[in-house]
Order: sequence, then C-alpha cells, then structure tokens
Amino acid sequence: MKSYFLKNIWPRMLTEKIATEKESELIKLSEALQGVCRKKLGRSLAIREVDAGSCNGCELEIHALNNPFYDIERFGIRFVASPRHADLLLVTGPVTKNMSEALKRTYDCTPIPKWVVAVGDCAAGCGVFRQSYAVMSGGVSDVVPVDLWIYGCPPSPIDLLRGLILLMEQ
Amino acid sequence: MKKLELSPHFTEEAIEIEAGKRKKYWSLEKVSEERWIELSKEIASGKWTLFGLWGSPQKVNMVLLDESQSKLQVIELETPLGKFPSVAIEVPSAARLERTIHDLFGLIPEGSFDNRPWLDHGKWQLRFPLGNILPPDEQKPYPFFLSEGENLHQIPVGPVHAGIIEPGHFRFTMGGEIVVRMEERLGYTHKGIEKLFFEASIERGAEIAARISGDATVAYSYAYALAVEEAMGITPSPRAVWLRALMAEMERMANHFGDIGAICNDAAFPRILSRCAVLREKILRFSKDFFGHRLMMGSIVPGGLKVDLSKEGKENLYRLLEEINEELCSIKYFYDSKNSLQDRTVGTGVLNARSAKLFGAGGFIGRASGRNFDARKCFAYPPYDKLSFESPLLEAGDVNARVWIRILEIEQSSFLIEQILNNLPSGSTLSVIKESKVCGQGLAVVESFRGDILLWIEIEKGKISRCHPRDPSWFQWPLLEKVIVGAVVADFPLCNKSFNCSYSGHDL
Ligand code: SF4
Repeated sequence: MKSYFLKNIWPRMLTEKIATEKESELIKLSEALQGVCRKKLGRSLAIREVDAGSCNGCELEIHALNNPFYDIERFGIRFVASPRHADLLLVTGPVTKNMSEALKRTYDCTPIPKWVVAVGDCAAGCGVFRQSYAVMSGGVSDVVPVDLWIYGCPPSPIDLLRGLILLMEQ
Repeated sequence: MKKLELSPHFTEEAIEIEAGKRKKYWSLEKVSEERWIELSKEIASGKWTLFGLWGSPQKVNMVLLDESQSKLQVIELETPLGKFPSVAIEVPSAARLERTIHDLFGLIPEGSFDNRPWLDHGKWQLRFPLGNILPPDEQKPYPFFLSEGENLHQIPVGPVHAGIIEPGHFRFTMGGEIVVRMEERLGYTHKGIEKLFFEASIERGAEIAARISGDATVAYSYAYALAVEEAMGITPSPRAVWLRALMAEMERMANHFGDIGAICNDAAFPRILSRCAVLREKILRFSKDFFGHRLMMGSIVPGGLKVDLSKEGKENLYRLLEEINEELCSIKYFYDSKNSLQDRTVGTGVLNARSAKLFGAGGFIGRASGRNFDARKCFAYPPYDKLSFESPLLEAGDVNARVWIRILEIEQSSFLIEQILNNLPSGSTLSVIKESKVCGQGLAVVESFRGDILLWIEIEKGKISRCHPRDPSWFQWPLLEKVIVGAVVADFPLCNKSFNCSYSGHDL
C-alpha cells in the first residue's frame, strides 16, 4: 500500500526520453499534429471508426492510439460513438458486401464537411482478400469517396498519426 | 508466488530428438447416415463434445472430442444427394454451423429446426459460393425470433457499434430495463476466406491464415503451420517449435492485458486500462523490435519461422517479463481492492457450468465456468509437453471469474516464456525441406488466447483443396445470448468485453 502511494507521488513518466529514432519521430509527429490541429480545428477533431470487415488487426492499432504512449486525445482528436458527431470516418477492412450498405449509411449520416481515411492495405484494395466473391473489388473507395489512404497491414500507430497530419495539412 | 520448474522428465537431448514430432491425436472415420445420427445422439448424451462441423462440395465433416482420452474423431459423411441428417436437432451448438454449411455449399441439414440463412445476407450476388453456384434469390428481411408481449420494446444495436470494435448486430428485446431476449446476427465481416483457400499455394495459404482474426494471428499461423506440416510430412526445426510457443504466449499476454483493461474501463475504472495498455504496448514494441512486426503477423510458416530471436532480444524479454510480473501484482491488488469495480463484475453475466460444457466453450469462458479444457494440456503439442504450467480453473462463471482467469493466465504465460527462454534449442529456425508429400490431410488444434482453434487442411498436388479454420467463438457467441437475459442492458458491454468473441474469425 505504502509503495503504491509513493509511486503515485513520484510517478514514473511513461513518455520516454528521446532515445531511439522511433521515439524522436513520435515526438516530432506529436508536435506537428498539435500545431495543425490547433490551427485548423481549434483543438477538436471527432473521429468515427467504421470496421467494414477487417480482420481486427487494424482495430488493435487504432486502439493503441489511445494508450498512454500515443494518447491521441491530447491533440483534441477523439473517437466518438456516433457518425453524427464525427468530422472524419476512419474505415478499415476490404468492405465486405455484407457491410457495404452499413458503411454507406454511416457516411450519409456524417455531417458535411467530412473526410474519409481508409486504413490498412485491405481498405486500400482488399489486401489478401482481393477477388473474393464477398468483398467489394476496390476497397473503401468503391463505396464512399476516400481522402487519404494509410497503408500497412496493419499500419502502426505512428503511421496513423502521420496520416492524420498529412490530411489536416492539405 | 510459486515458481515453476520444468517437468522432471525433461532433458537436453529430449528436445533434440523429440521436438517437432507431434503425436497424432486424431483419426478419420467414414460413416453412413445411420452412424452419423447415432453419433449426434452420443454427443447429446455427453459422450463426446462437438468440436467442429463443416462442409465440402461433396461431403460433411464433424469433429468429436473425447476429453477423457485426449482424442479427436473426424467423421466424414458423403452427401451425394446434397443433404445430411441435422446434428442440431440433438446438439444446439451445431445450429449455426449447419446454417453456414447451407449458405456456403447448399447442402441441406435435414430435420433442422432453424433454416434461416446465417452468413449469407443476400448481398453476394450469388448463392452457395463454394458449392453449385446459383443466381441470387430475391432479398428478404431477416426473420428475427419473435418476441411479443405487453410493454416489450426492442433495441437494435449495430452492425456499426459505438466503440472501436468489429461489426455485428444485436437485437435486444426489453421488458422495461431488463433484457428479455438478445439475438445476435453475425456475418457482416464474411470475406469468403474458405473460398480463397481453395487452390491456393501453401505460401498464399499462410498469408490468409495470418489474417483470419488479427488478434489471434500467431495462433492461426501456428495452427496452419502444424496442419500443413502434418499433411505434407514436414518436420519443423526444433528451435522454431519452441519459439512458436513463445510467440503464442506473448500474444496471449498482450491480448489478455487488452481485455482486462477494456473490461475495467467499461466498469468505469480507466486507471487499470492505462496500466494494461502500457504493458500491452511494451509487448507489441518488443515484437516489432525483435520479430519485425507488432502483432508478429506472418512470422510462423510451415517448416518453422521466418524470424529468429537474437541474444539481445532474449535479454530484453527477460527484463520485460520482470516488469510484467511486478506490474501484474499491483494490477491484481487494484482490481481486488476497488469495491465499485467488484460491484460491477461480481455476479454479472453468469454462465453456468452446464451450458459451458454443452457448447464446449473453450478458453477463459469455459475455464471460468468450470470446464477444464485447454488444448495445450489436452493434446500436449510440443513444446508444451516439456513445459510445466497450470491451466487456471474457476467455477463462478461471472465477469469477475473471466477477468481472474485472464490474470492467472498471464502469470502462467510469463512462467512459460521464462522456461522457453531458459531451454531454447539452438540452430536455424527454418528447416530445410528435403522431401515432402504433395497430397495429404492435416489437423491441428492450438490454444489461442480466446480458446481452442481447430484447423483442418486437405492438400492435393501441392495446393490446398480444402481448409477449414474453426474459431473458438463459434461455441462462445451463442452463450453470450444466454448470459445477458435477465440483466440490465448496461451490463451488456461488460459481458461482451469479458467474452471478447471474434467476429472476423467467426464470419470468415
Ligand atoms: S490491412 Fe491487414 S491488419 Fe488491417 S484488416 Fe487488412 S489484413 Fe487485417
């Protein structure tokens, strides 16, 4: 018990020192993102994630954006529960035919202006699931207009951050 | 905390000689319709547990588990007339599997009480994609079970959910605040995986297998590799045999941390979430640094591994384990000492032992409800036959028990990894394949973090002619419908998280 309180009084920082290249990249990225976010959105970007039939690998990495290492909320970017509250749809998966209508409807529910970011190789062109009878032939852009593709299987949280900056700098 | 030692019969040579030689724990029996029906009755009487059921264009297969003997019986029935006697009339866990067989192959389960489509939502522009392809039927709305009564109302949820999770539809019928019935409708993530396997090369098959369910990518690749090796008569390198288990245990720890955090977060206690998320991220970063991929996707291939663990990696992993063990103690303390948290998890979403056994629920769901089944123990595939570990078992069957099973399993995984590191054989991780058969059948069971994965493969002329992966979720999803009845709807996220069934692995 005592040690627990002590730990809380002098907490160990989780955001590490700039030791490796990767870490410094993270810090550079976060500074860039902070600047862009403030300028364009006045500290708020609401994201609605839509899984259009992914293998759930991409979801795991999107989840990781919320962990204390990346902590995406510090930039004012947050995941919301309804497309009606969203500025941006983050779409994963090759878009299965069973999900295409739901994706379209989610898009229609999102107020304008809106962006769509296709996350992962699947979303870009169906990845390994290409040419299956059960998926759309060209990924997300077959169903809704896409503003940005983030490649990777799955893209790492750093890739995702980098993609979001790119989009907002446009 | 008790420290585990290697089992006594373990010696250095034992690894060299025996590693990789997996005992065959299954046998194939071709049966007549009468025997098929008889076997279905035997499952219902409790002699066997239904472990898998799938179709092929001209036949159906069923796998029966005899837990006391650690044996699997693969049953095969030819279907020249395009039908087979329904197993679901006797065994409820077969119902969705039979509906799937009909959707994909057009084979008719005769006598079945539920003939609604399951994976086929009428969107594929064809019917029976793996059988005799027919043009699509006219699209009809899906008939949910009727639940009518005074003061009842419905809440439809999904397929697009509120969180960052996979798509599926839940239809709640409510009597005031209380859930009277919940019905699942899945299939939204159906990608046609079984058809993609058809005529695929072994390499391409490995790529697909790694993407059946992203959170269990190691376990699926593991199962795929074991099945292919059995079918083709390949022996993986001893080092790879041990490293595969190491990766599987790392995946288990990472996912359990994710789950424990998420459950506590749903019970409005985000503090544990952040601590678990940190540990999860550390495991992922380690995997990236030393195995080249954060989820270790695609590392395991038939014949061995594409990667190796360096000396530096080994040292870092020891350190990481130390940190995990230390943190786990404080997470345990936290979890156990917060009344508000216990108030939500204890007694919520109780799954009784009878249902767990009837459905053959695996993983933490079964083991939290007194079903003592762990594929690593039951089939003792190498290297688990040389490692000593316990498979935690609880009886309560509530959300709390499922959290505890996860916590205890992380502890065991950490012991396991330590044992593996201490005894890792040297050599290359990919065996040179001198000769291999080009035709054969293989079956493998691997314990993923979620439960037992079954993978069946048939190879002809060096290409896959049939591959069926059976996710543990098949036997877990139906139970979620059961545990939520009588609870308030606010308990659903908690129950759902504590089950954490795969949508992608189930929908294929
Ligand atoms: S891109 Fe890769 S990780 Fe993402 S959904 Fe597709 S297969 Fe899964």
